[in-house]
Amino acid sequence: MNALRFLPLVSGLVLAPFLLGVVNRVKASFAGRTGQPLLQAYFDLAKLLRKGAVYSRTTTWVFRAGPVVGLAAVLTALMLLPAGRHAPAAWSFTGDLFLLAYCLGLVRFLTVLAALDTGSAFEGMGASREVQFSALAEPALLVSLAALARLTGGLGLTDITAGLDAASWEAAGPALALVALALGVVFLAENSRIPVDDPNTHLELTMIHEVMILDHSGPDLAFILYGAALKFWILGALIVNVGISWIGGPAAVSLPAFFAGMLLVAVGVGVVESVMARFRLLKVPRMLWVGVALSVLAFTLVGRFTA
Amino acid sequence: MTLPVDTILVLVILTGFLILGTVRLHTAIRLCAIQGVAIGLLPVAAAGEGTSLRVVLLGLFIIALKGVAFPRLLRRAIRESATSGEMQPYVGSTASIVVGILALIAAFWIDSRLSFLPDTHSLVAPVAFFTIIVGLFLIVARKLAITQVIGYLILENGIYVFGLAIALEVPVIVELGVLLDMFVAVFVMGIAIFRINREFNHMDSDQLRNLKG
Repeated sequence: MNALRFLPLVSGLVLAPFLLGVVNRVKASFAGRTGQPLLQAYFDLAKLLRKGAVYSRTTTWVFRAGPVVGLAAVLTALMLLPAGRHAPAAWSFTGDLFLLAYCLGLVRFLTVLAALDTGSAFEGMGASREVQFSALAEPALLVSLAALARLTGGLGLTDITAGLDAASWEAAGPALALVALALGVVFLAENSRIPVDDPNTHLELTMIHEVMILDHSGPDLAFILYGAALKFWILGALIVNVGISWIGGPAAVSLPAFFAGMLLVAVGVGVVESVMARFRLLKVPRMLWVGVALSVLAFTLVGRFTA
Repeated sequence: MTLPVDTILVLVILTGFLILGTVRLHTAIRLCAIQGVAIGLLPVAAAGEGTSLRVVLLGLFIIALKGVAFPRLLRRAIRESATSGEMQPYVGSTASIVVGILALIAAFWIDSRLSFLPDTHSLVAPVAFFTIIVGLFLIVARKLAITQVIGYLILENGIYVFGLAIALEVPVIVELGVLLDMFVAVFVMGIAIFRINREFNHMDSDQLRNLKG
């Protein structure tokens, strides 16, 4: 059991960039291309870490602190994350779901501060959009987690994941499906994926996340990219933990199910990015409000089902 | 309180939210049809093991009417009136979704205040209130006459679900009477929209106060 405690943390640290490779591969195969190597994200990170960083003379310490503190916050969030019922998080306590949500919030806050610190008009625009969208994604995330907490009676992520089983799907299946959907909306918005943002676009006017990190270079950029990959892993794992909870059995079943689920999430993102166009910016808040509505609905349904 | 019934009721709520969120008439009509089919499946799912031929036939009739006939009538009305296919809302779609969330909370609150309902933990009554509120909201918050017909249909869906909450077994003649009423209403409204459109070259209910002469 002790060895399993660190499995979610270590696997997240090692495998997170791999998922980005899977997304790229899926998109490439949809477009009929061979695509980048699956390990391209690792190569990029290694390359960036070997380079030096360039800092604009107009920036202050905020700009330099942004990537470092951001990565630290993501790592803290990753420590709270369990991988299925049998692999508890490396660190868990009552109420750690708030710490997870606000560690992710801290990352965003620092990225925004660093972007504003550069004084670039484009980065300010991206920061404004990022803040607007995440302000709507945050209630959806918290209410979804609250619905899970209400269903399982646990207030920590590990307790919640351990409390979800086939019986809870039988009792509150629709509510759990809605939670997974709402988390899916949050996942797409927070990771700047299509249909909210296009990670491949390089036109400043349409970018949201990418535009904020234009001025970062070298190791700083590597930290940000790695942090983004970890964020992808964390939010994906939240969905997978709900999605695989109906699978019973020992750790030998639930762990492979977890990793297969993560792979499925990456493939799903690749398919969504291949078949959909991104929304007009005006339509994005509507999608996020639907996510909030789904989570509120799930929360009220859980109250009904458990009453 | 079974899983199929709950799933159908959640589907009814979801279609309600999506209708609030859409601006396209065709999407709204399709969602309205999906909700109608879900409503038609509801009595069959609620009867469970003791499904009688009567219930199945009633369900089939509702599906045929709300899932096939009404959408067809509404689509024809759109085609003949040559509108842009946009809803022209007074309240924008994002704000409408927020209203939907408030309506959902209000529906559960109303349900908690009512003590005469037989099964207090059932989802049926809150879903009914939610659907009724959504229908009323669509009627007042959208400009085009055709969206008011859609709002009316959704309102009627809510009333039907509410009937299910009070009594599972309603005499079939009453059900058929209500459905016939609705059919005539939608038929007449379809014709009315067509006439409004021919007389005024639009079906914007906001401008109907102006006399033509």
